[in-house]
Amino acid sequence: MSAPSFTAEQTSRRSTHRAPATRRAPRRRHTAGRPRRSMVLTLLMGLTALYALMPLAWLVINATKTQKGLLDSFGLWFSGDFALWDNISQTLTYDDGIFVRWFLNTLLYVVVGAGGATFLAVLGGYGLAKFDFAGKRAVFATVIGAVAVPATALAVPTFLMFSKMGLTNTPWAVIIPSLISPFGLYLMWVFAAEAVPTELLEAARMDGSGELRTFFRVALPLLTPGIVTVLLFTMVQTWNNYFLPLIMIKNPDWYPLTLGLNAWNQQASTAGGQPVFNLVITGSLLTIVPLIIAFLLLQRYWQSGLAAGSVKG
Amino acid sequence: MRTMTRRAMRGVGLLCAAALSLTACGSSEDTGSDEAVSGGDLRAALKEGGSITVWAWEPTLKQVVSDFEKEYPKVKVKLVNAGTGNDQYTALQNAVQAGSGVPDVAQVEYYALGQFALGKSLEDLSRYGADEFKDDYSPGPWNSVTVGDAVYALPMDSGPMALFYNKKVLDKHQIATPTTWDEYLEAARALHAADPKAYIANDTGDAGFTTSMIWQAGGTPFKTRDTEVTVDLTADKGVTAFTEVWQKLLDEKLLAPIENWSDEWYKGLADGTIATLSTGAWMPANFVSGVESASGDWRAAALPQWEKGGEVSSENGGSSLAVMKAGKNKDLAYAFNEYANHSEGVQARIKAGAFPATTADLASPSFLDTPFPYFGGQKANEIFARSASQVPEDWSYLPFQVYANSIFNDSVGKAYVSDTKLAEGLKQWQKAAVTYGNDQGFSVNK
Repeated sequence: MSAPSFTAEQTSRRSTHRAPATRRAPRRRHTAGRPRRSMVLTLLMGLTALYALMPLAWLVINATKTQKGLLDSFGLWFSGDFALWDNISQTLTYDDGIFVRWFLNTLLYVVVGAGGATFLAVLGGYGLAKFDFAGKRAVFATVIGAVAVPATALAVPTFLMFSKMGLTNTPWAVIIPSLISPFGLYLMWVFAAEAVPTELLEAARMDGSGELRTFFRVALPLLTPGIVTVLLFTMVQTWNNYFLPLIMIKNPDWYPLTLGLNAWNQQASTAGGQPVFNLVITGSLLTIVPLIIAFLLLQRYWQSGLAAGSVKG
Repeated sequence: MRTMTRRAMRGVGLLCAAALSLTACGSSEDTGSDEAVSGGDLRAALKEGGSITVWAWEPTLKQVVSDFEKEYPKVKVKLVNAGTGNDQYTALQNAVQAGSGVPDVAQVEYYALGQFALGKSLEDLSRYGADEFKDDYSPGPWNSVTVGDAVYALPMDSGPMALFYNKKVLDKHQIATPTTWDEYLEAARALHAADPKAYIANDTGDAGFTTSMIWQAGGTPFKTRDTEVTVDLTADKGVTAFTEVWQKLLDEKLLAPIENWSDEWYKGLADGTIATLSTGAWMPANFVSGVESASGDWRAAALPQWEKGGEVSSENGGSSLAVMKAGKNKDLAYAFNEYANHSEGVQARIKAGAFPATTADLASPSFLDTPFPYFGGQKANEIFARSASQVPEDWSYLPFQVYANSIFNDSVGKAYVSDTKLAEGLKQWQKAAVTYGNDQGFSVNK
């Protein structure tokens, strides 16, 4: 998932070249039409798929159980009572329907935060790829450096800064830091350098198109696969963001889903608190649904991006 | 120990706290005045109204807040669940250091009070006359909220310990309810031999439980005078009493390796894998809501004794409400605190299943006679109330107990998963605590 589209393309190309050489089998070219089978690889892939899908299966199965059923039955199979619909309605109404509020908060953070981050990354990446200016190497070093710094390490300084500005405990404290995505910027930069031929831009300029017009009419369509990739990255990142909101936001009314679900989970470890594992599980299931939908909707853009460069050779 | 935070989060929280202490280590300015505030002043403040923010996770406070707002319509109380236990302390510490977003009232567990009181983050409530409440609360909680003449919080609930046991399981294997810890060890052996899947208890290393046990055994491993702190986890008599019995339970693999508060734990309590639980009197509410299917199987009994025929108990968990020094509306904050923990609010909370710290309620016939359907109709409050009066008074926690507890599993936890002995683990814990305390400007074991 973390491999950007162009590297995925390179690796796949490289592996088709190298795969025959690693084995003693007769050297013969494998075409896409007749892929070679390998027991070991199939088995390995099977295991990986199982490993990836197990938690999901667990989540779906257990979302159908009541709190009591969860504790009484085997984890990977259904208990007698099918409580999925009941769980969903409980999740949506428990605690005055705060789950819906958390959901909308998350949506807000994702639309403004991840959307904004993608927008900035596209602008910045394109600019860095296609324009020359003094200090570009320094910018490059800074961006690469920023990619290496984990967001968690910046959370505390950010908190102190925002606290001085009086922004903690407001949605801005989550949105503003989400706008910065060094990795997205780097990705767009590299992608723009490859996907937008400089000759094309020069041609556009020759025809008298202004820089903005060139960007929006000529470059942007070529950048679509890259944009979708960055958007997916930032979306997933913002949707799953936990630590930043954890230290920034103390008012449950502004919690994103991640914090809210954790709060429900913590309830089980409080004297007098009601364990609502069934709601935590159902809530988690509901939380990943939008991400799955986003992936399904965006994947064709993404896939066309993977293939785009490969025929140019 | 009422809360169990995942270790990873704990680490992150600490990192955060550590980073903060580097940047803003100086104690916050003393903004509180020492002027006494009379009841009349408070009534005037309540009449005038205003709004306060309360950080608490205790579920029964919801009712109290709505009652309070009904009684004083001009006062608005914003009840915020800023996380449970450690999460909330980290947030509170951050807010205090940053100087913004500090609530007016905060829920603080007894073991954590020292940390905030010594950090000068809490208002001394004696200027509101809270120092006269001594006889209104049972001794364990009251000692926990006071240092000398200063009163740093009002006790909200308490956790006098009791032994909860699965009668069905013990009866099935004809094991008598243990009354001493030696009998407990025998019962553990008999039970596990009879049913290899069943354990007398679960324990993966829990600082709150360990300190409670040492407390009951008459230990006083932590002593604090101003900034002078003594930590003795090697020679203290309570510590040795505890390690002697618990080491045997560990050596013979008689403790279920299940973490408190996990779903596995709830499951174990329900299906008989975990046969007994020594914990605070607040537990029945959790039994009812979390271990539904074992209703009728469990009973409460007095905590097993270290000496046969003894009548000594201990406290586990329990929290207080403190008024924050950096809060904006301290008079209203105190008025709410008093309402919740000393007057009308107490009853509402008991009704909702909280275990009180107020002696009048602990002694009231209606409280003592309450039958617990979950425990087969047993009048369990009699056991808890007796336990509350048997808590040794000389106990105190470290002034940095939150931190100490958070690193408990790094040292003592080893005894639960490897060949390291408990005593050795405790020795390492002491070493880490001493180092940390000295780094924080205390003079520990010097």
